[in-house]
Amino acid sequence: MNAVLAGFRVFAGYLGGVLGADAYKKYLEHHEASGHTGPPLTEREFWRDRTDRQDTSPQGRCC
Amino acid sequence: MGTMPDGTKRDSTNSSMHSSTHATAQLDDGIVPDPSHPPTSVDESVRDSADRTWTPAKIALWAAIALLGGVAWFMLAIIRGETVNAIWFVFASVCTYLIGYRFYSKVIERYLAKPNDRRATPAEYKADGKDYVRTDRNVLFGHHFAAIAGAGPLVGPVIAAQMGYLPGTIWIIIGVVLAGAVQDYLVLFFSMRRGGRSLGQMAREELGVIGGTAALVATLLIMVIIVAILALVVVNALGESPWGVFSVGMTIPIALFMGVYLRFIRPGKVMEVSLIGFVLLMAAIIGGGAVAGTEWGAAFFHLDKVTIAWGLIIYGFIAAILPVWLLLAPRDYLSTFMKIGVIVMLALAIIVVRPEISVPAFSEYAGRDNGPVFSGALFPFLFVTIACGALSGFHALIASGTTPKLIEKERQTRLIGYGGMLMESFVAIMALVAAISIDRGIYFAMNAPVALTGGTVETAAAWVNSLGLSGVNITAGDLAQTAKDVGEQSIVSRSGGAPTLAVGLAHIMQQFIGGTAMMAFWYHFAIMFEALFILTAVDAGTRVARFMLQDSIGNFIPKFKEHSWRPGAWLCTAIMVAAWGAVLIMGVTDPLGGINTLFPLFGIANQLLAAIALSVCLAIAAKRTALKYLWIVAVPLAFAAVVTITASFYKIFSPVPAVGYFANNAAFAKALADGKTSFGTAKTQAAMEAVVRNTMVQGWLSIIFVALSIIVIITAVMATIKALRNTAAGLPNAENEDPARASRVFAPAGFVPTAAERDLMTEWNQHPAGERLEKSGHH
Repeated sequence: MNAVLAGFRVFAGYLGGVLGADAYKKYLEHHEASGHTGPPLTEREFWRDRTDRQDTSPQGRCC
Repeated sequence: MGTMPDGTKRDSTNSSMHSSTHATAQLDDGIVPDPSHPPTSVDESVRDSADRTWTPAKIALWAAIALLGGVAWFMLAIIRGETVNAIWFVFASVCTYLIGYRFYSKVIERYLAKPNDRRATPAEYKADGKDYVRTDRNVLFGHHFAAIAGAGPLVGPVIAAQMGYLPGTIWIIIGVVLAGAVQDYLVLFFSMRRGGRSLGQMAREELGVIGGTAALVATLLIMVIIVAILALVVVNALGESPWGVFSVGMTIPIALFMGVYLRFIRPGKVMEVSLIGFVLLMAAIIGGGAVAGTEWGAAFFHLDKVTIAWGLIIYGFIAAILPVWLLLAPRDYLSTFMKIGVIVMLALAIIVVRPEISVPAFSEYAGRDNGPVFSGALFPFLFVTIACGALSGFHALIASGTTPKLIEKERQTRLIGYGGMLMESFVAIMALVAAISIDRGIYFAMNAPVALTGGTVETAAAWVNSLGLSGVNITAGDLAQTAKDVGEQSIVSRSGGAPTLAVGLAHIMQQFIGGTAMMAFWYHFAIMFEALFILTAVDAGTRVARFMLQDSIGNFIPKFKEHSWRPGAWLCTAIMVAAWGAVLIMGVTDPLGGINTLFPLFGIANQLLAAIALSVCLAIAAKRTALKYLWIVAVPLAFAAVVTITASFYKIFSPVPAVGYFANNAAFAKALADGKTSFGTAKTQAAMEAVVRNTMVQGWLSIIFVALSIIVIITAVMATIKALRNTAAGLPNAENEDPARASRVFAPAGFVPTAAERDLMTEWNQHPAGERLEKSGHH
C-alpha cells in the first residue's frame, strides 16, 4: 500500500512539474541560493507576477 | 529523479579516479572549471568506451529490438492479409524510434551538435528563478512534449488515411527520425547556445536582413493560416452538434473560474485547481448529453457552422486581449492535464484492445490525384497533409522559446529535442490507428464534403458504395446507427479529421472501458480535448502574432513597440483576428468543402516553416562542422524544400481544377462569364463567385509563401557556402553563440543515468551542500 502511495506521489509530483506547479518552490530555492538582498516575493505576488509577465511575452502553443 | 545519497560512506577511490581522468581531457574548450567542484561532465573517453563496449546482453537487447521492429514492418508492409493487427503499428514505430534515438541521434550529437557539459546552459548562467530555471530533464521532457503536441498530429494522419495506412505510416515514422526530430533537436540546441534566442532572431543573425525579414514575414503569415485552419477543425466538429457546442462552450466558464481561483482564492495551487477543472470538464461532457437530449437544449445549442465561426472569431479577439491569468493560463493547465492523460489512455487502450485493421495498405486513391478527402497525388501531397508528427516547422518556434531557457545540461537536448519529437510522432501513429480502425465506408462518408455526400445518410451511403472501393458496402442504417451511438444527429460530411478520430477513439475506448453505452461519452470526450488544444493554440497564436506585428509596425511607428499601449495592442489583435477570421469564414462557406481545399495550405505552411528552420540550422551547422556531415541537415531540408515547393507549384500552376487554385479560379470565372448559374459543386451564382474569390486568395497565399521560403533557403545556402569557404581558407566565422561559461552543476543526459553518471552524481551529492547550487529536482 505504501508503495502504491509512494508511486502515486511520484506521478503527482511529475505531473505537477510538467504543469509548472512547483514554480514558486523553485523560485524560493533560487532566491535562497543566489545571495538575496531582500525578502522573496510572497506566493501570491509570485504567481501574479508570473502571469502578468506572460501578458507581455506570450508563448505559442503548437498545432 | 536523481538518486539521493544513501549514506555516509564515500567511495573515494571511484570519485578520485574520475577527477583525475577528467583533468586530462577537454582542455581545449576555453572553460576553466571551479577546481573545488567535482567534474561537471562525464569524461569523454569514459563515455566513449561505455558507448563502444558491446556486452552480450547489450547486443542481445538491440538485436531483439531490431528483430521485433523488422517483423512488425514486415507485417505492415509486405504481408497482405484481410486485416492487420494494430499492435504491429506500435512495435514498428517504437522499435524504429528506439533505434533512431540510440544510433542516429548520437551521430547528430557527435558530429553536429557537439554538446559540452562543462559549459553552463542559459538556465544556469542567466538563472533568475522565473524564466531561466534549471529543470529536471524528465519533467522538462514532459513539459516540452506538452508544448509541441497539439491537434496537428491528431488531424493530419486521419485525413491522409484516404490513401491507405502504409504511406502515412512510413512517412510519420521515417520522417520523424530523419527530419522532424533532427529539426527540433538542432533548433533547441542552437537556441540554447544563444541564450534562448527565438528562431526569428537567429534567422536575422545568420541569414542577414533579407533572409531574416523574409523569415519573419513568412512566420507571421504561416501563423495566421495555421490558426485559421485549426479553428476550422473546431467549427467542423461543433457544427450542428448541440452536445459538442454545450460541452466545449462550458470550458470557457470553467477556465474563468479556475483563473479567479488561482489569482484570488488559492494562488499557486495548480494541481488542485487542475483536478477541480478536470472534474468540472467531465461534468460538462456528461451534462452536455443531458442538455442535448432536451428539446430546448437541442434547439438552443444547435448552431450552424457560420454562426460558430463568427462566435469563434469574437471569442478569439476577446480571449487575446483578456489578461493571461484569467483565461489562457488556466486553460493551458487543463489542456496539458488532458493531453498527458488522453495520450497515456489511448496508448494503453490500443495495446490492450489491439483492434484489427481492415483498411488496405494502399487504397484505391494512393495512385490517383482526385481523392474526395484531399485532392492531389501521393507525392507531394501526402507529405504536406501529414506535417505534425513527421516534420513540423511550428516546433521550431517552441524549441527556440521556453524550453532552451529551462535546460539543465547541454547533453540533455538530445533527450528533450529529439526524444520529445519521437513522442509526438507516436501520438500521430496512434491517431492514425484510431482513424483506420473504423469502417472505411464510414470514413469516406464522414470526410468527404457535402457536395459529394449530399448530406443525408441515404445519399452518403449511395455515394460511398458508388466509389467502387473493395470491401466497402455500407447502408444508410449503418451511418444512422453510428451517429446514434456517438450521440450526434448526423456524422455525414463531418470533415476536418477531429470527428473521425473521435469516432475511432470511441470505438477503441468502449472496448476498453464501458462498452457501447459509453461511446457517446468517449466521442465527446475526444471532441472536447481536441477543441481544448485548439482553443489554446488559437489564443496563444493570436497573441504571439499580435506581438510580432506590433514589433514590426514599431520599426516605423515607435509607439507600437510599447506592448502595454492599449490602442496599439487592440488594433494589432484586431488585425490578426481579422486575418485568420477571414480565412476561417472563407473555409466555412467554401462550396468546395473548406477543409478539403485548405488543409494542404496548412501543411504547406507548416513544412515551409520547417524549411526555414532547417535553413537556419544549415547556416549555423556549416560554421561548426565539416562539409561531410552537413547532409544531416541538408537531406531533410532538401526534402522539405522539394515537397513544399512542388506542392505549391501544383497549387499555383496545375491545370487540373481540383488541384490548382488558379485553374479552378479560371474554370469558375469562365462559367460565370458564360452565364451559367451552377457549376460543379457550386449550386448558385453566389457560390460560384465565392469560389472565384477563395481560389484567388488561396492562390496568392501560396505564391507569397513559396516566394518567401525560396528567399530564405537561398540566403541560407549562400551563408552556408560563405562559412565553408571561410573554413577552407582558414578564416574565422562570425560566431553568434553566447560566450562559454563554466558550469557548476551536473545532471545525467538521458532518462536512465549511466554507470559513469551515477558515480558522478554520488560525488556531487557528497560535495558540501553550501558549495553547490540548489538542486533542480521537482519533488
